[in-house]
Amino acid sequence: MIQEALLKLLEEDARLSDRQIAARLGTSEEEVASSRAELEQQGRIVGYQTIVNDDSIGVAAFIEVRCTPEQEGGFNRLAERIARFDEVRSCFLMSGGYDLLVMVEAKDLMGVAKFVTDKLSSMGGVLSTSTHFRLKTYKLNGLMFDVPSSSERISVAP
Amino acid sequence: MDWNHTLSRQIAQLPRSGIREFFDLVIGSKGIISLGVGEPDFVTPWHVREAAIYSLEKGHTTYTSNYGLESLRRAISQYVQDFFHVEYDPTCEILPTVGVSQAIDLALRCLLNPGDEVLYHEPGYVSYAPTVSMTYAHATPIQTSIDDLFALSPQKLEEAISPATKVLMLNFPTNPTGSIAPLGTLKKIADICRKHDIFVLTDEIYSELRYDGETHTSIASLPGMKERTLLLHGFSKAFAMTGMRLGYACGPRELIDLMVKIHSYTMICPSITSQEAGIEALKNGKPAMEEMRDSYHRRRDYIVKRFNEMGMDCHMPGGAFYTFPSVKRFGLSSRDFALRLLKEQKVAAVPGTAFGSCGEGYLRCCYATGFNLLEQACDKMAHFCESLQSQQTCV
Repeated sequence: MIQEALLKLLEEDARLSDRQIAARLGTSEEEVASSRAELEQQGRIVGYQTIVNDDSIGVAAFIEVRCTPEQEGGFNRLAERIARFDEVRSCFLMSGGYDLLVMVEAKDLMGVAKFVTDKLSSMGGVLSTSTHFRLKTYKLNGLMFDVPSSSERISVAP
Repeated sequence: MDWNHTLSRQIAQLPRSGIREFFDLVIGSKGIISLGVGEPDFVTPWHVREAAIYSLEKGHTTYTSNYGLESLRRAISQYVQDFFHVEYDPTCEILPTVGVSQAIDLALRCLLNPGDEVLYHEPGYVSYAPTVSMTYAHATPIQTSIDDLFALSPQKLEEAISPATKVLMLNFPTNPTGSIAPLGTLKKIADICRKHDIFVLTDEIYSELRYDGETHTSIASLPGMKERTLLLHGFSKAFAMTGMRLGYACGPRELIDLMVKIHSYTMICPSITSQEAGIEALKNGKPAMEEMRDSYHRRRDYIVKRFNEMGMDCHMPGGAFYTFPSVKRFGLSSRDFALRLLKEQKVAAVPGTAFGSCGEGYLRCCYATGFNLLEQACDKMAHFCESLQSQQTCV
C-alpha cells in the first residue's frame, strides 16, 4: 500500500508527476496512477490547489456561527448551504461555544460585511455570528509564510 | 618570525584534509548542487530548538559541571540502555562532549603514548588518523573493499595487529561508505580484541540511521566488551543537531575520569543551551527522528537505483546518509571525475580518496539533500556519465 506515502508526497508538493512519485517510492508509474485514482474516487484527495500568500490582496474573515440544529440531519443541511457560497473558502463543524467556523474571503471589508448581513445572518436557523478579520498569516496548510530561508549550509563537509 | 622553528612540527606535518581541498574549489563556484555535505538537510526539530530558546529565556547561561548536567547524563543513560542495550552509570561512566569529535580527541589522548598503534578501517572518516597523529601515536589503516561491502574483515584485522597495537577504531554505519558490520563480523572482531587485549573506540553516530531492517548492535553490548570499549554517540545526525555541537562518550570509569581531566582544562563543558536541548531530543525526539530516517531511506533507494542505471556501480548501503558509487568504468580517477563533474555539471561530490587511498575509484555522495535537488543532481550526473561513455566509445 503506497497510498499513505503518496498522500504525504502530494501534500508537500502537489505538482509532482506520477513518474517522479514512482521513482521516489520505488514503485511503478502505473501503481502510482491507480493509487491516485483510487484516493480521488474515495474522496480522500479532494483536489489539487496552490497555496497563495494573499495577505496583501483582499480580506479574509473567520466567522463563528451559532445555529439551531434540525431534527433530522443536525447541522449538516445548514452547513452545506453556507459552504456553497463562493465567498466561503472553508467551513467546519466545531465543538465548544459556537457551531460552525466559516472562513470567508472578499475583495474588501465591505464585501465580507455584505456577505454576513445579507446572506449569513439572515439565513433561517442562524442564531448569531461573530466575525474576526485576519490580520496576517504565519502558517497555512503546514507551510510557514515569510520565513527567510537559511542559506548558510556549507557545500562540502566531512 | 621563523615559523619553521615556532610552529609545532607534528601539526605542520599533518596532511591537509582531502575534503578541505575540495571545499576550497566548491566555495568559489556558483549554482552548485552539492552531494558533498556530511550533515542532515533537516533543521533541528522545532521542539528541540524551542527547548534551547527556553533555556536561554530562563537565564541558564552558566558553566555546568565538567561532567555535564546530571539530568542530561541520566537521559543519555536511559537512551543508551534502551537503544544499545548497554548500561552505563550516569554518575561516572558518561561524559557529554562538544560533539563526537571532541570525545575522540579526549579518548585518544588518554589512551595513547608515543609509539602506540591505532588500527582503523579505510575508507574512513577523515579525522581519525590525524587525531591519532596529534598524540604522537601511529595510525594504521586496514583497507576494506566492495568485496566485503566495506565492512572490516576480521581476518585482515588479525593480520594487521602488531605488538604496538593498542586501540581499534570502528565506525559503523560508516562515513563515507554507509556500510554496516554484520553481527557475525562484529562478534569475530570482538573475539579478536579480547584475545589481543585491544581497546575499542566505536563511533556509532549514525546508528539510528539504519535501513537494512536489522537492529543496530553496538560492539559494546557483546559479552566481555563493555569493559574494553568506549561508545561514542551524539545528537548531530539522528536529531539533526550538528550546529549544537553535542556528543557523548560512554565507557569505563577509569577512562572517563582521565578524559574529564583534559576536558576540565581545555573545554570545561558543552554549552548549557545545547545540553538542555539534548535532554529534550532524547526524551521527545523519537517521532521526528523516525520521520527523518524514513525520508533518508526513500532517498537512498532512489539514488542507488539511479546510480546503477547510469553505470556507476553502487552497493546498497545499510545506513548513514552516504552512497559510495564506483566510477572505475569511466577511466578517470576519483579526483578527476569529481573535478569534471563539478566543472561541467555543477554537481559536487567528494572523491573517495579523501577518505583513504583505497577510496580510489569511488565518490562519496550524500543524499541528505532535498528530493528535488537530488533528482536534478542525478539527471546531471546521468548526462555526464553518458558523455564520458560516448567519449570512450569514440576513442
